[in-house]
Amino acid sequence: MRYAFFPGCSMEATAWDFGKSARALFKALDIRLEEIPGWVCCGSTPAHSSSEGLALALPALNLQKAGAMGAPVMTACAACYSRLRAANHRIQNDPESRKRAEQLTEKPYDGGVAVHHILDVLVNHVGRDVISSRIKRPLRGLRIACYYGCLLSRPPGIVAYDDPEHPSCMDGLLELAGAETVQWPFKTECCGASLAITNNDVVNRLVHRILSMAALAGANCVAVACPLCQMNLDLRQDDARKAHGDFPTLPVLYVTQLLGIALGLSEKDVGLEALTVGADKLLAGAAR
Amino acid sequence: MTEKLQWAGEKFMREVEARSGARVSSCLQCHKCSSGCPIGPETDLLSSQAMRMIHLGMEEELLGSRGIWLCASCQTCSARCPMGIDVAGVMDVLRMMAVERKAALPDKARGRHFHRSFLGSVRRHGRVFELEMMAIYKLRSMDLFRDMDKAPKLMKKSKLPLLPNRSRSAGEVRKVFRNARKEEER
Repeated sequence: MRYAFFPGCSMEATAWDFGKSARALFKALDIRLEEIPGWVCCGSTPAHSSSEGLALALPALNLQKAGAMGAPVMTACAACYSRLRAANHRIQNDPESRKRAEQLTEKPYDGGVAVHHILDVLVNHVGRDVISSRIKRPLRGLRIACYYGCLLSRPPGIVAYDDPEHPSCMDGLLELAGAETVQWPFKTECCGASLAITNNDVVNRLVHRILSMAALAGANCVAVACPLCQMNLDLRQDDARKAHGDFPTLPVLYVTQLLGIALGLSEKDVGLEALTVGADKLLAGAAR
Repeated sequence: MTEKLQWAGEKFMREVEARSGARVSSCLQCHKCSSGCPIGPETDLLSSQAMRMIHLGMEEELLGSRGIWLCASCQTCSARCPMGIDVAGVMDVLRMMAVERKAALPDKARGRHFHRSFLGSVRRHGRVFELEMMAIYKLRSMDLFRDMDKAPKLMKKSKLPLLPNRSRSAGEVRKVFRNARKEEER
């Protein structure tokens, strides 16, 4: 298996631990990730909120480059995944959009490059058998609330490879790794995303709601697969507590960090030192 | 004498429909979008209200609302609409129209400063350079002191690099921005 890897801007900055753990995990699984040379920003929310053209053309530029590599694209960032898939969908289904993307990038593109999220690849391409056969350090004592957020789940038809209202693929993976997962109702609630920059009061309320529910459901940590979800839920716990009342402190880890540890990688290999709420105590129980 | 009935809102609604590709006219006001909206407590504009206001042609009220800037683009509304309306896509179009028409932007419309600062950074480096983007956003919005404790925390974790991670295809990105601007001017 070989993938054209689209890291996205966050993976080299605010979510470097996600990038590092994703790469380390795939190395441990003997799967080749080749970074798309000269990849550029997907445009994210600012592009689709302000320019239809940029929202099509920035993803298209990346997909054209991946097309030249002859491998399907894999990305770990939920927002990049959503933007690449949304642009592909429009280019495939609307001839006007295709023409527009080609005019803006000055290169042909038919929307034909497949784009997968890392969870999709782990569950549906790598598969449960391979993953469970490689578990070296079961995640004993972990009761995980799997938090999928918005952009892995919605809109269905463009992004979803799982149930859009009640996804379970991350739960399945972490159960293979020896953890317990909790049933809870806020798996796909929004964390407020980039409102953290402009309206952090909204995000503090949402973080409080999501983490309180995770704790009420019996979780002792949260697993995520999106850089913005991780940053909001990890970095803003004190603010959420101050604004809306107490709830237990919960480590918020990337699914790739948790799986990496279960596959025998070290804390450093998966960048655990980058967490604001540390996970040392949590992982102390996991068998070496 | 027979009075001629006129639908004052039709022109605006058709424009929103054409641009978003969403059939706003089919909204049946079931409020599923609003009940799932995460910013319900803060917004002045629930999504189902926005759909009805489009029917009624309330352009000024819509484009001047805080709600279009508080929308987190979480897509819950689009995913749940029983009529298949891409409500979040409509919100995108309303934001674009508000900027293009220089509608009376409310003070909570800091989103537009964020979007401009973000895209400016992408145009310069091909990728977003977060530190620069945040500095420019703060100056543009004059929203200077919000979350000031976060930058040092992120820096301590090496999450806010001091230099841009420039793409070697930054030239192609500039070309795309130039072409997009030309397209918008046409």
